[in-house]
Amino acid sequence: MDWVPAISRWIHLLAGVMWIGLLYYFNFVNVAAAKAAAADGTAAGISKHVMPRALFWFRWAAVVTWLAGAALLGRHFLEAFFFLNKAYYPIGVGAWFGTLMLINVWWLIWPNQKKILGIVSASDEEKNKARRVAFLASRTNTMFSIPMLYFMAAGAHSALYFG
Amino acid sequence: MMKYWLDSLWGTVISGLILTLFLHNIVSYALGG
Repeated sequence: MDWVPAISRWIHLLAGVMWIGLLYYFNFVNVAAAKAAAADGTAAGISKHVMPRALFWFRWAAVVTWLAGAALLGRHFLEAFFFLNKAYYPIGVGAWFGTLMLINVWWLIWPNQKKILGIVSASDEEKNKARRVAFLASRTNTMFSIPMLYFMAAGAHSALYFG
Repeated sequence: MMKYWLDSLWGTVISGLILTLFLHNIVSYALGG
């Protein structure tokens, strides 16, 4: 067994399920749940007890997923990212989406969620802006996840998708 | 009030599917398919 690609693929899948699973939880469940909870005055529990924990696993799962993916590409990393070899075109597209999504998590979602949750101080106006930016970044990642997963699957089974 | 297609969950999913189809065709063409 070739340990590095085998273990990296496994970790890539495990962390990826956690990352995208939490992303889908935020978008398919929590947005509507938080709105309903705000309407009946019960949103504080979600903000205090659920979101900080969910965001911890979400942002670190994103890092582990990316690192394991990079390890999996190994010496083919540049071929994939810069489309230097046709065999790596599909995974290259998937890898770019994954990278953009990771950047979204750490540059847009997490810094704005820190303002929303009161981890860093922010005025009400700043919080309202942060809500909008974090929401749109999260929705963008949900949109990106669809081609990302398609091209991740195609990267491992190119003949099936592009044969 | 909806401002962008990303405000709607369906808008988000449908735009992801359209993006997938678009990129599939580009990659398929680049691979000579």
